[in-house]
Amino acid sequence: MKKFASLCTTLMLLLVLGLVACTSGGESAETETEVPASNEAVTETESTGETAVEPATEIVMYNWSEYIDPEIYTLFEQETGIRIVEDNFSSNEEMLAKLQGGATGYALIVPSDYTVSIMKEEGMLAKLDHANIPNLSNLSDEFKNVPFDPGNEYCVPYQWGTTGIGYLDGVVETPTSWSVIFEPDPNAPYYGRYTMLDDVRESFAAALIYLGYDINTTDEKQLEEARDLLIKAKAGLAGYDSDTFEDLLAAEENVLAHGWNGDFLVAQEENENIAYTIPQEGGVIWVDNVCIPATASPEEKLAAEMFINFLLDPEIGAMLSEFNYYASPNKAAEDILGEEFLSDPAVYPPAEVRERLQFIKPVGEFESVYQRMWDEVKSANP
Amino acid sequence: MTAVTKPTTTILPESRASRQERIKTQLATLGLTGYGILAYLFLYLPIIILVIFSFNDSRSTAQWAGFSTAWYVEMMQDNQIIISLWNSLFVAIVSTAISTVLGTLAAMAMERYRFRGRLVMDAILYLPIIIPDIAMAIMLLLFFNISGIGFNTWRIELAGLRLSVPYSVIIGHVAFNISFVAVVVRARLAHMDRTLEEAASDLYANAWHTFWRVTLPMLMPGIIGGALLAFTLSLDDFVITFFTAGPGFNTLPVRVFGMIKKGVTPKINAVSSLMLAGSLALVLISIFLRRGDDRGGIEIV
Amino acid sequence: MQAIIRRSPAIRAWILLAPAVAWLFIFFLAPLVIVLIYSFLERGTYGGVVWQPTLENYRRVFDALYFNTFTRSVYIAVATTVICLILGFPMAYFIATRPQKIRNSLLLALMIPFWTNFLIRTYAWLTLLRTNTGLINVTLLSLGIIDEPLPLFGNDFAIILGLVYGWLPDMVLPVYAALERLDRSLLEAAQDLYAGRWQVFRRVIWPLSLPGVVAGSMLVFIPSLGAFVTPAILGGGKSLMIGNIISNQFLAAHDWPFGSALSMLMMVFMLVATLIYFRAVNREGGAGL
Repeated sequence: MKKFASLCTTLMLLLVLGLVACTSGGESAETETEVPASNEAVTETESTGETAVEPATEIVMYNWSEYIDPEIYTLFEQETGIRIVEDNFSSNEEMLAKLQGGATGYALIVPSDYTVSIMKEEGMLAKLDHANIPNLSNLSDEFKNVPFDPGNEYCVPYQWGTTGIGYLDGVVETPTSWSVIFEPDPNAPYYGRYTMLDDVRESFAAALIYLGYDINTTDEKQLEEARDLLIKAKAGLAGYDSDTFEDLLAAEENVLAHGWNGDFLVAQEENENIAYTIPQEGGVIWVDNVCIPATASPEEKLAAEMFINFLLDPEIGAMLSEFNYYASPNKAAEDILGEEFLSDPAVYPPAEVRERLQFIKPVGEFESVYQRMWDEVKSANP
Repeated sequence: MTAVTKPTTTILPESRASRQERIKTQLATLGLTGYGILAYLFLYLPIIILVIFSFNDSRSTAQWAGFSTAWYVEMMQDNQIIISLWNSLFVAIVSTAISTVLGTLAAMAMERYRFRGRLVMDAILYLPIIIPDIAMAIMLLLFFNISGIGFNTWRIELAGLRLSVPYSVIIGHVAFNISFVAVVVRARLAHMDRTLEEAASDLYANAWHTFWRVTLPMLMPGIIGGALLAFTLSLDDFVITFFTAGPGFNTLPVRVFGMIKKGVTPKINAVSSLMLAGSLALVLISIFLRRGDDRGGIEIV
Repeated sequence: MQAIIRRSPAIRAWILLAPAVAWLFIFFLAPLVIVLIYSFLERGTYGGVVWQPTLENYRRVFDALYFNTFTRSVYIAVATTVICLILGFPMAYFIATRPQKIRNSLLLALMIPFWTNFLIRTYAWLTLLRTNTGLINVTLLSLGIIDEPLPLFGNDFAIILGLVYGWLPDMVLPVYAALERLDRSLLEAAQDLYAGRWQVFRRVIWPLSLPGVVAGSMLVFIPSLGAFVTPAILGGGKSLMIGNIISNQFLAAHDWPFGSALSMLMMVFMLVATLIYFRAVNREGGAGL
C-alpha cells in the first residue's frame, strides 16, 4: 500500500485514454440541446403546416455490410438532400430478432426472400406506394412477380444470387452432382477438405435436393433421410462454415465449398482458380429485397420510397451490381452492365439451370423440427 | 534478468540456506521468468499475426499476398469505422467508470458486513455473469421498449466527429460489468489485513479518512484489475451492444460482425493494430513517467 | 444520525450496496423477469411469444440431445478452467513478484491483446491452426519435424485452446489481486518455518490466493460454458455447445420461450454449481471469513 501513487498511475492510464478521447469534445458533452442540422430542417417543414408529407432529411438504412457502393448514398444526397445513415446486420435472423424486440428508427431494411414472407406475415412491413416509385417498371418481369411478394406490394428486389458449389479448378474435377459432398470417396486425395454452410435451411436444402425432395418439405420422414445423409457426409467435411468458406478456398486450405456465388466471385480476386457451379440436381436461388418497416413515419417512408426509386435507376442499379458481383433484378440496369457480366454463368445461370433453382420458404413452427435435426447433425460423431 | 534475481538473493542474505539452496532458488526464479515470457508470447502470438495481416496486399485475412499499407489508408477514409472506434472507446470508458465505482462499493458491503439478505444480494450480484448474453441482450431490448426508456442518445462531439451514444448501451454494459468488478475486488478484499485499517481509524477517528487513506490504496490492485476487466469486456462486447443500440449506432465489434457475411477485410486488422499501438504507447509513456517516481510512493503511517 | 450509521453495520452495508443493487434491480432483474415469464409461454411462429402459459419448454429441455450437449459443454468448460488455472496461476505469481515499477505495466500488457477485436483474434488463430495451410503445421512440416499435418483445427483441442486464450486474463487478474498483497516477510518466515518450497506453496501461497482462484475459476468457467462463437469458428462448426443451442433458439429457430427456458436452467445450474464450489473451497482451504 505504500506505493499508492504508482498504483494510481495505472488507473490514470484509463483516464488518459478517456482524456485523449475527449479532448475535442469534453465541453460540448452536456449540450443536449444541440440538434443536428437535419432535425432542424424537419421541424421547419413540419411547421409550414402543409398537409402533404415532406420527406425526412435523414433516414437509417439497415443493410448487410459492404452491400452498397457508398457513392450511391452521396449521389442520392446530392440529388435530393436526403442523407442516408447505414446500420449493419450479419444475418436475417439477427435483424428480425432485433425488430421483433421492438427496435425502431429504421426506414429501409434489406431482408432475404423467406424473411420477407415472415415479416409480411408478422405485419412488420409497410405497403409501398407505387406512385412514388415510377422506376418500378425497370424491373425485369420475373422480379415483378416474385413468389414471396407478388406485384412488389411490400418489397423491391435488390440483388439476387444462387447457392451452389465453389471449387478449385484444376485441383478437383468440376462437381456435376451433389454426390461429391454426400457420397465422398474416403480414398480421394482431398477427402476431408470440403466445407458446407453452417446454416440449417441451406444445408438441408442441399441434402433434400440431392434426395429429390422439395427443399421446403414438412415431411418428417424426408427430413430424417436428409439428416442421415448430412451425418454421413460430415466425416468428409473440414467443417461447417458460412463466413470464411471463400477465404479458406482462396488460401487452398479447402478444395471445395458449398456456398453463395457472390462470395466465390469476390474470392476470385485472390485466387483465380476458384470456380463456381450449380450441380445437375439443382440449387437454391435467393433474392435480397429492399423494404420499409411498418414502424417508419410517413416522412421516413416517403424518403425511403424516393431512395428505392433511386436504386431502380438504370445507372444506379448497374453501379450496385458492379460493386457486389451479384445479378441485378433491374432489366434497365442489365443493358448498362454489358455482355461480359451478363454472360458469366456464375452470376447469371443459364436458363436450363435457372429452372432447377428453388426458393427457400419459411415453414412456420416446423422450423423447430429443422433446427432440432440440424442440432442432431452438428452433435453427431460419424 | 538481474533485476529479477536481485530481490530473492537479498531476501536471504544471512539465512542458513546452503549454496545449493541458493542455486535452487535462483533456478526457480529463472524458471518463473522464463515461464512469464513464454506466457506473454502465447498471448501475443495471434496478435502478431493480426498485425502482420493488416499489411496484407489483398482483401484476405487468411493468405499473405505481399506488403501494403493500403488498408491503413482505407481505414482513415472510412468515416463509419472511425466513428465506431470512438463509440467503442466512449462506451467502454463511461461504463467502466460507473461500474468500477458501483462494483467496488458493492464488494465492500458484501465482504465487510453481515446483514440480512446478504445471500440474496450475493446471488443477484452473480447473476449477470451467469446469464447467457444472448438472452440478456434480447430481454434488455424488450425491457427498454416496454419500460419506455427507449434508445435516446447522448450527443457528444469527439475528435471533430459527432457521436450520439444511446444511454441504453451504456446502461446494459454497466449492468453486466458491475458484477465482474465486484468479483475481482472481492477476491482482493477477502483476506485483506484489517489491522492497518483499525489502527488508522484509531488515528484519524474519521471513517471517511480511513477509507480514503488506507482502505482504498490497499484495495487498489483489485480495483485496477476489475476496471481493466470491465474495460476489456465492454470494448469487446457484441451481442448486448447489437441489441441495445438504437438505429445508426455502431461500435467496432458490431461493425465487424456485420462485415462477416460479406467478408472481413484487413481493414479491421488495421484498426486493431492502431488501437494496439496506441495502448502500447500509453504503457511505455507510463513506464517512462514513473521512472523518477521511485521514492514518490506515499508512505502511510 | 451519524452515530446510528456508525453503529449499525447493516445500514452501512446497504448504503454501500444501494447504487449497484438499484442499478441491477432496474436494469438487470426486470429484464430477467421477462426471461422467466417468457420461458412459461408459447412461442410466436417467427419469434416473440403467444400469451398462453405452458410447461412444455421445460419438458423439452430434458431430451437426450440437449442433455448430452450440456454434459459435453461442462466437460469443455471444466477443461478450460483447469488449464487456465494451471497456466494462469504462475503468470499471476510472476506478475505479483515483479518490482512494483513494472507490475502495472505487465498487467496492462496482459489485457491489451484483448482490446483488439474478438473475431479478428479468433481468425488469427485460424491462420495459425489450419490443418493444411496453417502456419504451425506448415512450419513443422517444412522443418521435417512431422510428416502428416497435426489435427490442430476443427476439434475439441482447437475449441479449448481458443477458450483458454480468450479467458486466461480473467483467471490471472483475480489471482493477481489476491496474491499481490503476499508479503515478502511472510514468505521469508515461511521459508524458515517449512523446509520445502512445496510446503511454502501449500501452506502460505495457495491459501492466500484461494479467493482469487475461486473468483477466477468462475470468471473462466461461466463464459466458457456459454461460448458459441469459438466452437463455431475454431471447432469448424462440427460440434455443438449449449451456448450454440441457446443462441440458435433466438437467432435461427425463432423459439424465444425455449431459449428462455434453456437460459433459466443454465443460470440455475450455474448458481448451484457456484454455491457448491464455494462451499467445497471454503472447507478445504479454510478460506472465506
